[in-house]
Amino acid sequence: MSDQPVSSTMLDEWVNDSDVQRESTSLSDAWEMVIGLEVHAELATETKMFSPAVNQFGSAPNTNVHPVCLGLPGTLPVVNGKAVELSIRLGLALNCTVQRCIFARKNYFYPDMPKDYQISQYDRPLNINGWLELPSGHRVRVERAHMEEDTGKSTHVGDSGRIHDAGYSLVDYNRAGVPLLEIVSHPDIRGPEEAKAYVAELQAILIATGVSDGKFEEGSLRVDANISVRPSGSTELRTRCEVKNVNSLRSLGRAILYEAQRHVNLYESGERPRQETRHWDEEGGRTRPGRSKEQAEDYRYFADPDLVPVDPSPEWIEEIRASLPALPRERRAALIDAGGSAETAAIAVDRDLDGLALTAISLGADPVRSLTHIANNLAVEGAHELDAANFAELVKMETGGDLTATQAKTVLAEMLESGRAPLVIAADLGFEAMDTTELETLIDGIIADSPSEWDRFVNGDDKARAKMQGFFTGQVMKQTQGKADGKIVNQILQTRRNA
Amino acid sequence: MTDSGSRDSGSRDSSDTALSLAASVRSGERLASEVLEDYLEAIAGSEDEIHAFNTVLADEARAAAGEIDRRIAAGEDVGPLAGVPIAIKDNTCTRGIPTTCSSKMLEGWKPPYDATVIEKLAAAGTVMIGKTNLDEFAMGSSTENSAFGPTRNPHDLSLVPGGSSGGSAAAVAAGFAPLAIGSDTGGSIRQPAALCGVVGMKPSYGTVSRYGLIAFASSLDQIGPFTRTVADAAALYDAISGHDPRDSTSIPEPLAPVSPHLGDGVSGLRVGVITELMESGDLADGFEPEVLRQTRAAAEALAAAGAIVEDVSVPSTIYGLSAYYLIAPAEASSNLARYDGVRYGLRVDGAANTAGMMVASRTAGFGAEVKRRIMLGTYALSAGYYDAFYGKAQRVRTLIIDDFERAYQNFDVLLSPTSPCVAFPFGAKEDPLTMYLNDVATIPSNLAGHPAISVPFGIGRARLPVGVQVLAPMLEERRLIQVAAVLESVAHSNRSITEGSAA
Repeated sequence: MSDQPVSSTMLDEWVNDSDVQRESTSLSDAWEMVIGLEVHAELATETKMFSPAVNQFGSAPNTNVHPVCLGLPGTLPVVNGKAVELSIRLGLALNCTVQRCIFARKNYFYPDMPKDYQISQYDRPLNINGWLELPSGHRVRVERAHMEEDTGKSTHVGDSGRIHDAGYSLVDYNRAGVPLLEIVSHPDIRGPEEAKAYVAELQAILIATGVSDGKFEEGSLRVDANISVRPSGSTELRTRCEVKNVNSLRSLGRAILYEAQRHVNLYESGERPRQETRHWDEEGGRTRPGRSKEQAEDYRYFADPDLVPVDPSPEWIEEIRASLPALPRERRAALIDAGGSAETAAIAVDRDLDGLALTAISLGADPVRSLTHIANNLAVEGAHELDAANFAELVKMETGGDLTATQAKTVLAEMLESGRAPLVIAADLGFEAMDTTELETLIDGIIADSPSEWDRFVNGDDKARAKMQGFFTGQVMKQTQGKADGKIVNQILQTRRNA
Repeated sequence: MTDSGSRDSGSRDSSDTALSLAASVRSGERLASEVLEDYLEAIAGSEDEIHAFNTVLADEARAAAGEIDRRIAAGEDVGPLAGVPIAIKDNTCTRGIPTTCSSKMLEGWKPPYDATVIEKLAAAGTVMIGKTNLDEFAMGSSTENSAFGPTRNPHDLSLVPGGSSGGSAAAVAAGFAPLAIGSDTGGSIRQPAALCGVVGMKPSYGTVSRYGLIAFASSLDQIGPFTRTVADAAALYDAISGHDPRDSTSIPEPLAPVSPHLGDGVSGLRVGVITELMESGDLADGFEPEVLRQTRAAAEALAAAGAIVEDVSVPSTIYGLSAYYLIAPAEASSNLARYDGVRYGLRVDGAANTAGMMVASRTAGFGAEVKRRIMLGTYALSAGYYDAFYGKAQRVRTLIIDDFERAYQNFDVLLSPTSPCVAFPFGAKEDPLTMYLNDVATIPSNLAGHPAISVPFGIGRARLPVGVQVLAPMLEERRLIQVAAVLESVAHSNRSITEGSAA
């Protein structure tokens, strides 16, 4: 190593040696994590926050631009009313107070920010004092959800990371000025799983309310985590670090755990973390310090004189509240009320198939079977087009013994394919349910043909019996081409054995 | 150009007003193209000495004037100011035409869009004849801060024209155009109008769209007219004012035209003379006695015309200057951040990284006064100083508005000098604070957002023009026009008498 030039990456690794650790899933019991999350969601508007340019992901670089979002001299911002409406929508979904708000300038120099200030909100945000309830029932308080504009994107070309490298940067301003909502939680989150649950729930709410498409992979959802640790049982708030560049739920869990453990290691070795911004390195599986300059940043916030306060009328707020759809939490509760399990209810809502389940249940379908199908067999395209009455009929045929579980699955797949009714499909496939008497006669015949196997089933140990049960069930299925109901076959075998 | 010769404003008939030119063009008596050539000739004659323009748009203007003539021949209505040449301050965006703010930072920059005011002027039938010089980014009171050299006062080439809209004021005074557009953040229309002996008006904040005006201090900037006559000022204001959805601070309510009030007179109108701006004390480093005498004479003229004239104290006006020089630089420090060399304008290459490139570009691109104000403003907004400086300045602003409101309970308009002094020599106010004091009488209107107008009224020291300022409550431009028209007619008859007796 000594005869090689020291690259900045190698230097970084060396400096960070003390941080190296294996991934684990929790801290020792002596420590507790204290986590607050800042989630940035791009709003699903047609145009940008303050400019008539199109808000669209994936366009050719610098095509979704206009003099206003390029910050050209002389241009002025005008608030996008739709962005305000969507922001209020989310605020109400998060139980926030919606208030008269003021746009402020956050001043700092960055090449992908056309005006070298970001229009954001500071001491008068739109939404304040809300909360979000996790599926576990834990409530995370939401401090604020404010409007701001996104920055552009820089791509560094030919940049090895070395200062004197002859690299250059390309800037794409398509994203500059895209409306963002920044949702800031209180430090009410206690671990990586809870953090992931919070973001997943927030994502579900953003999508359900139509506020954002909530796509991590397109950057329309981004998370920064403020992380500190404290001795278990303590209520103090210790120095926190803000971890940026977390681009998936999985990364969020890993980043939190890594950073929390780093703090614990520092405290346990008699040191303490310093307040700083750090970046999650997905490949390296660790956080790295940001540029030290960032700590000294003074954003010189002041009210933007180009904009006037936004003061939503109580009538408008109530109109928006009335237009809110049922939220994921309420939808899960409805399914559980109807007899579903918490787990399958969550999956059904996640797949937006809770409506299908509820209709089927109201038509007499068994809730558990209905939700099991949705959880296991409907993670497919076309599931949303499934006719609820047909689905209910299928579940009833199954629970009524007209179809076995295997047959029901086959019929369901065919229903998705053709849209035909389950009765028709079952008839076409020859899935008439077998008469129990007919089945008893068949089984008696098989027993007579296989005396030694039967002896081992009746008199053998548990292992032998289990093996022979498999043998006889297999024979029945073979001879019925799978039409027999496994449960009934088993019942008949047990009856014959006990006789 | 001699002192007396320049006061006649060149070779053409100085009685040509914008309205009389428009009338003759609309009636077919004159061609817009002929009118234009007269003015281009005047520019060719003395622009080299005066340097009112950063860019003279002879070809573009000829094309525009030809188009006006064609449309008139076709019987079309070409607008109230048909064929009238107009000079535009070079901080107003014009599509495809360099818009520089008289800064090396924007030298050669061509905006891809027109300011709203440019669209409105085209709709009114005016012909853009050039882009006028200014103090860099409108920061200054003498036009000495232009990166492209100063403008000279047509009344005396050894003197400044005032600023920051010195080029626009000089263009009108020199007879290069009957109309000009300026911008006024702390007096940048009114003070040069006073120093050049023309009419200059700062309308109420929000009446003229700022879309396309390159920002100095957004909460104070306002576009307004320079003209030879009050009637022209009213007509130009009527042409450029009105709601613009592209400017969130634009007033949404319809604005009534002010031109119909030119002849209303001042009978019974209550006029308050602001005592704080009539003293030759420390505050303004001494208002010149001749300036105060002319302002007093203007008040007496209004009384003679039937107005009720009294002195009134507007105590917090004296704090306006301090508040202004915190608020304006604070906003400027943010507004001018975008000139970083990344997207347009000057870029200095060779730095090791992006931040270095930005520093090098800004260091090379901005002049000393701009840098001074960026530093002042950055400091005023800094954590730990915000409340003491910017926050307090905003509270002073509220006090000034309150004081004005109290004064307007008893008065319809207020009166003061526009500038403490007449035009001064180049380099006379090199100390920035001395220069800043020149704005003491004009700044309060910007802080309050109220309208004000400067009208030439008599002569002061060295036979140079004096401007008297009329102030009115928010959206009461019509009162400015009423009062200014009376002052103009008195000043005109006084001048006739003086000139008659001298002859």
